[in-house]
Amino acid sequence: MTDSPSDQPSQHAFSRDDVLRVARLARLSLDESEIQAITNQLANVLDYVRILEQADTESVQPMSGASGRTDVLRDDLPSPSLTRTQALSSAPRHDDHFFLVPPVLDTTAK
Amino acid sequence: MTACHESASELLDQLATGRTTALALTQACLSAIASHDESIGAFLHVAGDRACEVAESIDRRRTAGQPLGPLAGLPVALKDLLVTSDQPTTCASRMLDGWLPPYDADCVQRLREADCVLIGKTNMDEFAMGSTTENSAFGPTRTPWRLDCVAGGSSGGSAAAVAAGFAPLAVGSDTGGSIRQPASFCGIVGLKPTYGRVSRYGLVAFASSLDQIGPMGRDVDSVARLLQVLAGHDPKDATSLDTPVPLYTEQLDQPLQGLRIGICKEHDREGLDEEVRQTIHNALDVYRSLGAVVQEIDMQHARFAVACYYLIACSEASSNLARYDGVHYGHRVDQPDGLVEMYSDSRGDAFGTEVKRRIMLGTYALSAGYYDAYYKKAQKVRRLIADDYAKAFQSVDVIASPVAPTPAVPLGRLTDDPLEMYLADIYTISANLAGIPGISIPAGFSSDGRPIGLQLLGNSLAEHTLLRAAAMYERETDWHLARVPLDQGTSP
Amino acid sequence: MTAPRTIIGLEVHLQLQTRTKIFCGCANRFNPDEPNVQTCPVCLGLPGALPVLNRLALELSVRAGLALDGSIATFTKWDRKQYYYPDLPKAYQISQFDIPFCQGGHLDVDILQDNGDTLTRKIRLIRVHLEEDAGKNLHDESGRGGNSRIDLNRAGTPLLEIVTEPDIRSAAEAHRFLEELKLLMVYLGVSDCNMQEGSLRCDANVNLEVTNTDGDRVRTPIVEIKNLNSFRGVEAALDFEIVRQLQEFHECHSDYPDHSKQTRGWDADRSITFAQRGKEDASDYRFFPDPDLPPVTLSDQDIARQYDMLCETPTARRKRFHEQLGLSPYDASVLIEQGPQTADYFEAAADQCGDAKRTANWVTQDVQRILNEGNLEIDDLGVDAHGLAELITRINTGQLTTQTARLVFAALVENEGGEGSVSERIEHIVLERGLAAVDDSDSLEPLLDQVIANNSQAADDFRNGKDAAIGKLIGEVMRELRGADPKTVRDALMAKLRP
Repeated sequence: MTDSPSDQPSQHAFSRDDVLRVARLARLSLDESEIQAITNQLANVLDYVRILEQADTESVQPMSGASGRTDVLRDDLPSPSLTRTQALSSAPRHDDHFFLVPPVLDTTAK
Repeated sequence: MTACHESASELLDQLATGRTTALALTQACLSAIASHDESIGAFLHVAGDRACEVAESIDRRRTAGQPLGPLAGLPVALKDLLVTSDQPTTCASRMLDGWLPPYDADCVQRLREADCVLIGKTNMDEFAMGSTTENSAFGPTRTPWRLDCVAGGSSGGSAAAVAAGFAPLAVGSDTGGSIRQPASFCGIVGLKPTYGRVSRYGLVAFASSLDQIGPMGRDVDSVARLLQVLAGHDPKDATSLDTPVPLYTEQLDQPLQGLRIGICKEHDREGLDEEVRQTIHNALDVYRSLGAVVQEIDMQHARFAVACYYLIACSEASSNLARYDGVHYGHRVDQPDGLVEMYSDSRGDAFGTEVKRRIMLGTYALSAGYYDAYYKKAQKVRRLIADDYAKAFQSVDVIASPVAPTPAVPLGRLTDDPLEMYLADIYTISANLAGIPGISIPAGFSSDGRPIGLQLLGNSLAEHTLLRAAAMYERETDWHLARVPLDQGTSP
Repeated sequence: MTAPRTIIGLEVHLQLQTRTKIFCGCANRFNPDEPNVQTCPVCLGLPGALPVLNRLALELSVRAGLALDGSIATFTKWDRKQYYYPDLPKAYQISQFDIPFCQGGHLDVDILQDNGDTLTRKIRLIRVHLEEDAGKNLHDESGRGGNSRIDLNRAGTPLLEIVTEPDIRSAAEAHRFLEELKLLMVYLGVSDCNMQEGSLRCDANVNLEVTNTDGDRVRTPIVEIKNLNSFRGVEAALDFEIVRQLQEFHECHSDYPDHSKQTRGWDADRSITFAQRGKEDASDYRFFPDPDLPPVTLSDQDIARQYDMLCETPTARRKRFHEQLGLSPYDASVLIEQGPQTADYFEAAADQCGDAKRTANWVTQDVQRILNEGNLEIDDLGVDAHGLAELITRINTGQLTTQTARLVFAALVENEGGEGSVSERIEHIVLERGLAAVDDSDSLEPLLDQVIANNSQAADDFRNGKDAAIGKLIGEVMRELRGADPKTVRDALMAKLRP
């Protein structure tokens, strides 16, 4: 018993292409043996989780938190910041002022 | 050596009456660690000098008659998932190897204020993903009872540390059983509080809506005392509950009259080890002898729990671990080709297999076209499961079950088949889904000397009831008094 | 053949004027000179850190939504928008996806037509939501492929995102929309809308509806223009793009290689838009509700409370200045555009002296000139609204002329006139410089007669040729008049004594 047509994608068989697409989205480089192992293992797990389709969730609200709280706000009052040294202390590369990263891929064509 | 095997209350008494000092106690623990941790692997970092400094300062203050915190002088081991400003925090991952945080977790603050001696950071499954502590990047942790078997996970190091007498108290975290199951495998007491009872500020996130920090110790009293320090509202955590904290040690020795214990018939399933089944059965008989009433309850949606849990946990984890991109902290590969490669290679390089697997599963479940069928569906089923528990607690006070289908498994057994591993979490994950508290207490041993725990679950914010129910059983039995003969650990 | 129709929608981001960031207590302050000093575990996205929502950010957002006539949700939540970029420390941005706190709404924009008429265009909004800002990514400008530098001071600044319907019909209209939006937000105290400092950022979506050779109406592909740095730049970029799209349409006859939405950057130096490669994986943000942030409910009382805190909008105030205070629409506009402090100043002064027109002139001319010259804010002027009102009252009672009042005003600005109330200071200056208007009316004659009568000896002496004797008489008259132009007094006395 499913709620809407859109939750039949679980019929889709989990393939190597999915693994490559998801690995890209997740920024995870995988070697060939990992790709193969993950393809099989995740296919198994995804097959297993299809059991949820049997749960009748018509008119059930998703439970996105477990605290049951709402309206948790803080006053607009300052609290101490880290010093720059502290902020940069864990950085793999920095120049004492900024975090440094390799240049972003050029997205402009002038 | 024997100093580390005592319970928190015994040690506090010794400290208060001057029979021992914080320094002596700390040194005894450090000595035990030095002698025996190589074969167990409980600790990733031992804060030897610092711990002794803190201990000495507590002793000085005690001599000077100054006020001291409620756990003053007690060594406490911290799961390496908790952010500490003066000890590395690695989450047992190469991604954070050597990371020295610029801040303290809220619970670490509380422990310092309680005058605990923070003796070191314990081993765990990488980023809390696993049930054996074999997924650590730095080697597994073994249960001190059988060195060829795992300590359980993901808080294996904390559980083993207490069981081995390396510290009387430890703090772990529990997302799907990660305190309760290693407590069971190591023969100690471990409690997962109600979601929101303990602040998550400074707990490196695995699954935000499931994670909770909790106490581990020799006996129920130890755990109650540690919970007292950890529990309470923290304005830095928006999911932290703003409700009063009861006095957990109060009336702990008073049994609960007419305790109603629920058992779920779905829990007696194929795959449940016969000795575990027998242990639970015996435990229920002990309760009956104390006047408790045992009745069957119906957990209508129990069969969906594992699927529901893994979809939610992995989805949230994939998002929580996205930040490990080598930009502002963490591991970055040398000479990356460009930015995108830097991300992928750094993460690919530094994350272990289980972490990658869960990130992949979670990313897939949240991706376009799949969100409704997987994540959203799982959150709906979650509500059904939570409602099942709410309904059950209308007719029972606690729910009893095994903690795990088996006692501690041998090393290397489950690592090939993740699904089999996930299914073994069947008894513990529902409490995280429902946000309710649960405790694991020593209830027996297998014929080959591996501990077996009994799990009790309580209603939301009913930790006190849970602790009293657990204490009732503890008073009638000796399991919690068993000690690993450290010098004669079984070799693999 | 019908003219092409321009279709423009704007996506505007405003930084809110809170003291602290949206999810942590770090300072919310523009600070480009000292990178990475306004960060903490939360906005750095350190492992274990957690967000907690800033109440004022929410309140300002609701007020903005109400002032824009939007519909405020009774239940709203925050979602994680996941993508990778070095200025995004958590690799997700906390934003709002499917339940923004405000939907709909509109902003009325007055456009001055060529023929002098004013056209009011109603620009509808799709939604308004509250999210966190990312840090700043500074590329290596040398082009040698060096490292990019990341400054996270800005990460976690509260941002209001306002998305309009594609109702805007010209580049000039877009410019006016931004001006009106800025005016409103500055009046509300929501944002200072400074594009140069980045507290207002804008992307523009534009396409055309044109008639093709078959006589059908077709639309050009939508272009999103980014990297706009000023209101004028927005207008110039849109004007350029409209021309470019029309040209492109005529060249390819609606046979485009790619009909999907494109992204183009604005090069302000060369005044052109240029194609940018689209973001990869741009569409799969994997939104899901942030489990660290409980949802927010807004009751009718909550909303009413924010509504009560709304100050009068610029539009309403403009109208009131025109209809109730009698200013021309133009004068009213000029005053409003100077900002709320100036409008308050004007109104307080006008209220006290009762002469709105004269006060308006003084504020828009004399006051504004001094502020511009000294690069001052109106609060630093040295003459408050009460002081200005005192001056204007004295003009209207004839004690001062406009010219002499200007001299007094200039002196007050220079802190002259000693201590004491502004009235006392004005009197002092008038006396000292002899600026009192000598009123050639009924009050002067009797005064002269009286002084002459009281000083008959001096008067006689003067009549008898002793010129110096008039000095005593002048002095007395001036004392009575509390300062006056000595020459005028002298002439008046002489006219009486030696007709």
